[in-house]
Amino acid sequence: MDDALKELYQEIILDHSRHPRRYGALDHASHKAEGYNPLCGDRVTVYLKLDDEGRVADIGFEGKGCAISQASASIMAEMLKGRSREDAERLMEGFLRLVKGETAEGLSEDDREILDVMAGISEFPMRVKCATLAWHTYRNAAEEGSIAVEGAA
Amino acid sequence: MNAPANIQAFDAAAARADFPILSRTVYGKPLVYLDSGASAQKPRVVLDAMRDFAESEYANVHRGVHFLSAAATDRYEAARRTVQKFLNAAREDEIIFTKGGTEAINLVSYSWLAPRIQPGDEIVLTVMEHHSNIVPWHFLRERMGAVLRWVDVRDDGSLDIEALDAAITGRTKLVALTHMSNVLGTVTPLAEIVARAHARGVPVLADGCQGAVHQAVDVQALDIDFYAITGHKLYGPTGIGALYAKRAHLKAMRPFNGGGEMIREVAQDRITYADPPARFEAGTPPIIESVGLAVALDYMMGLDRAAVLAHEHDLLAYARRQVGRFNWLKVIGDAPGKGAILSFEAEGMHAHDLATILDREGVAVRAGHHCAQPLMERFGVTSTTRASFALYNTRADVDALIAGLEKARGIFAHG
Repeated sequence: MDDALKELYQEIILDHSRHPRRYGALDHASHKAEGYNPLCGDRVTVYLKLDDEGRVADIGFEGKGCAISQASASIMAEMLKGRSREDAERLMEGFLRLVKGETAEGLSEDDREILDVMAGISEFPMRVKCATLAWHTYRNAAEEGSIAVEGAA
Repeated sequence: MNAPANIQAFDAAAARADFPILSRTVYGKPLVYLDSGASAQKPRVVLDAMRDFAESEYANVHRGVHFLSAAATDRYEAARRTVQKFLNAAREDEIIFTKGGTEAINLVSYSWLAPRIQPGDEIVLTVMEHHSNIVPWHFLRERMGAVLRWVDVRDDGSLDIEALDAAITGRTKLVALTHMSNVLGTVTPLAEIVARAHARGVPVLADGCQGAVHQAVDVQALDIDFYAITGHKLYGPTGIGALYAKRAHLKAMRPFNGGGEMIREVAQDRITYADPPARFEAGTPPIIESVGLAVALDYMMGLDRAAVLAHEHDLLAYARRQVGRFNWLKVIGDAPGKGAILSFEAEGMHAHDLATILDREGVAVRAGHHCAQPLMERFGVTSTTRASFALYNTRADVDALIAGLEKARGIFAHG
């Protein structure tokens, strides 16, 4: 198989797509957003529980789509749990650079190693949107997806 | 689907030499182009004709009195006659140039149907329409209260003509359906449908964007009211298509776009419009493209079209047999007599992943909803992978597709 394909569909990505981590709606989500790519039909819904300091106390997702979109959502959900919003933004910026084939600054070695798994997508410009859908949906959830709580003013 | 014995075999290998792009490689592999249903490649004669025209005869049409304007006008009007011949229309002024099939259908929607719609009037469609033959009618639903009546297809993708008949009521204003589904390959029995609709006083529009590519169309024999085609699927250029409409309909149609060319007289407080076809061709038309389209249609008419059709059916049957061996692959659309389009869903493998892997093998296919979301919903899928065959494809192309599918399965099946 050619190297670019081998890197794109490496075992860890296929594994995430087959056995997505943190899959499912959160019962007590404070934020939620749906992402949809009309070109290919990929769908993802991201659920967040942000604590008082804006930290991602919990995260879950549901979705349907290609292996890349689902693996990316799974990897993201695993990474973002417990992170501050600023930290999550930094990860997202780094991720967006990596999938465009650029170098990402300011990431810890561990984070970079995890995100690097998805870097192979940069060889497939038509598919970059599949990989970024979950992250953009996360951001929409965090920024605009506040769920009105029953009984609250 | 078997070719009658008296049809000479079509020499696709020789035809390939007419299409310059087919000799290129992608990712170091020979190009295997199985996406002609989205857009067909162009023969050299088309590309050369457009360039020659632009270099020697080009000017705006219908305006100048100068030499080049006259020459360009001649070519543009000659192209109209070529389309007339291609569709066997009775008159050249029944051919309206548009920018494509989509605009042709929108023209009927805005200019012919919209002024005739009362709230509650019905438009009959099939679930296998392309969005270009759905959205213009949705506009009339949203804006004017028209009701869309959907005719289902059978599980094999064939159209149930009785169901279509039953969908026509006293309020039906138009039947709008595809001549050949861009996903299922299903070919609709237009002549019979037109006869039944006319018996109830209902006109019929056919979306011929796929159909006209694969079979000879005779709008007079079909007695059809409206027939839309697009140039780029007919081995011609993008940016041009055509609407055939019966003269009586055209004369009763109000203009769609307003601008130059389409008027008889404009004053400060009144306006009169040109006769068809000019009434519907506001602004500078796709002149160079018209020349390319005419050459593309001449190229097609110069081939033994029955032999081309038999060749395409052979490719489809060959591919269908091969994929039939894969128990992890489900074909969507097996209607008898269908055209050379093969859509399928692969177990555990999304269409986009599959298309990406095929692409790296040089095999270009389409993956997605194919602008036919109601049909995707009908078959309970969100996307399919589609291989569409053209006159220049060969069994070797099918073999490359099959090898690519096996490879993709190898990547996704383990674990």
